[in-house]
Amino acid sequence: MIKTIINIFKRFKKSIYEGELNPQEEQNRLNIIFRSLVLHLHPPKVNEKVLKFNHTFGLGGMAVVLICLQFLTGILLRFYYEPFPGRAYDSIINLQNNILFGQLLRNIHYWSAIFLLVITSFHLLRVFFTGAFHGKRQFNWVIGIVLFVIIVFSNFTGYLLPWDQLSYWAVTVSTSMLEYVPLIGDTLREIVIGGNEIGNSTILIFYNFHTAILPVALILIMAFHFWRVRKAGGVVVPQSEKEDNFVTTVPHLVAKEFVATIVLVAVILLFAVMFNAPLLAKANPGVSPNPAKAPWYFMGIQELMLHFHPLFAAIIIPLGILILAILFPYFTYDTEENGKWFYSEKAKAIGKSALIISAVITISFIFIDEYFLKSLSLLGFLPDIIGSGLIPFILILLFFYSYVRYLVKRKKVNKNELLQTLFIFIVTVFIVLTIVGVFFRGEGMQLTLF
Amino acid sequence: MKNQKKLNTKNNVNSEEPKKSRRDFIKTAWKGLGVVAGLEITGLTLHYLVDRKETNYGGDLFEAGLPNEFPIGTVTPFRRGRFFLIRMNDGGFLAMSLKCSHLGCSIIWDEKIKEFVCPCHSSKFSIAGDVINPPAPRALDVFEISVTEGKLFVNLNKKIKRDEFEKSQLIYI
Repeated sequence: MIKTIINIFKRFKKSIYEGELNPQEEQNRLNIIFRSLVLHLHPPKVNEKVLKFNHTFGLGGMAVVLICLQFLTGILLRFYYEPFPGRAYDSIINLQNNILFGQLLRNIHYWSAIFLLVITSFHLLRVFFTGAFHGKRQFNWVIGIVLFVIIVFSNFTGYLLPWDQLSYWAVTVSTSMLEYVPLIGDTLREIVIGGNEIGNSTILIFYNFHTAILPVALILIMAFHFWRVRKAGGVVVPQSEKEDNFVTTVPHLVAKEFVATIVLVAVILLFAVMFNAPLLAKANPGVSPNPAKAPWYFMGIQELMLHFHPLFAAIIIPLGILILAILFPYFTYDTEENGKWFYSEKAKAIGKSALIISAVITISFIFIDEYFLKSLSLLGFLPDIIGSGLIPFILILLFFYSYVRYLVKRKKVNKNELLQTLFIFIVTVFIVLTIVGVFFRGEGMQLTLF
Repeated sequence: MKNQKKLNTKNNVNSEEPKKSRRDFIKTAWKGLGVVAGLEITGLTLHYLVDRKETNYGGDLFEAGLPNEFPIGTVTPFRRGRFFLIRMNDGGFLAMSLKCSHLGCSIIWDEKIKEFVCPCHSSKFSIAGDVINPPAPRALDVFEISVTEGKLFVNLNKKIKRDEFEKSQLIYI
């Protein structure tokens, strides 16, 4: 009797995973890859160069780990969260105070979300600076941008759900930016928040996006993203004269991934234990906190809005940058070199100076505008949209035009170097704006230095 | 080989003499039907999603009260209706949204300086809703006021956007 049961159990086990594998032999290591659902996302053998940690910093892999964490913790949170304005806040309070490890669970979800945004941003920079968007990888860059946008909106839709003062007003401020879209702005905002005020419909819409639409889209598009990496011949590597040495994925790559995963999860746990996810008082539509800030990843845009007309600051400039980002692989380049950090030594040097110039210009502009210029009132006799919108925008374009001419004529850069320098310039502007907005804006959005 | 070439030119729609075979026609027809079906489903889905009943605090018509309850030159907040009822110095009424025209924060009436102040980005507005201090780009929105049986009613569904205050926006009793 017992023998039969054991026999069935053994046959069952064998039907899942046939035969014993001995990873000591190379043939068996390859077999492990072929026979495993998860592992066969990897090629059976990988280029030895890929294994160096500072080649990719494992950023893509880390993003996958964080997304898995988000799914696990998110599903658990769903057992307690109630997506209704009257109940959402109380359900979070209940989760944090009465449920075993409820607070920790929420903290992990919160910190993973922040790390995910930061790490995917770094991943984007890594891919850009190693030139991994040419040739076969062109479209995968576009998919990557789409994934990035999905992650930003996953963060944003999750921001509203606790229904406290922080989330309510951050979402009010962010969705109000939509009203500045010409002609259809008001309708667009009403569709996004499901009415003319943030309320029942908004929380349902955001909840649905956060827990169903965006996660499913993320999984599907991620699969596509990985498949395209495989089709392009794996992670980008610098060309070399010697023939590259290939090693088996098991154990060389998998062991490193395992270590990176454990370290990352440990870091997240550390943050989750040390710092609680914020929860202010329950949302009160009548009283705005001072200052009311958008979520931190939109603070660059909100900072821009303090200096330019909303149509340009909230719509034209961000949308323009997004479109440029998508089109980046489709410009014509002098060479389609892959895998080398920062393209060339010259480009590296120019990039460094662009970074410094950009940071200095942005910071001094913020200061000058705040204390002397107030561009809004300087051209006060003109309509706002021209005085603080069109004219400054044209000035910016003129500045970029002369900067490009300087780079091309004086520095004799080629197209690769030019576009990389401009990319560094714009990214730096955005980072500076975000830092100023998040850390140096106090009551009434005044500059607070210390 | 020769046959193949012949076939290719025959199927090539862009060739000099575009000859549409029956098969091409049916293919195009299928594509057209597909597009129509796609549009129908997209349209219906969008309509389904947008077709929400407006949820207003306290219904469409908000009863504010009798006119003489509001002294001249005062600002009365209605938090539930999300508006201020203002009686100007000449006795005219104005129902003004408490949403800042910049990014939708709730403005506060500062009795000392007699101005509306937005706590989010420190925009300031006059008692009539005109911008005194940017970044707010335009005057505060107003609601339509109607009078029934001597009482003031504010229509929360009739929000009027405006660039600046004009006398015609006032209601006199």
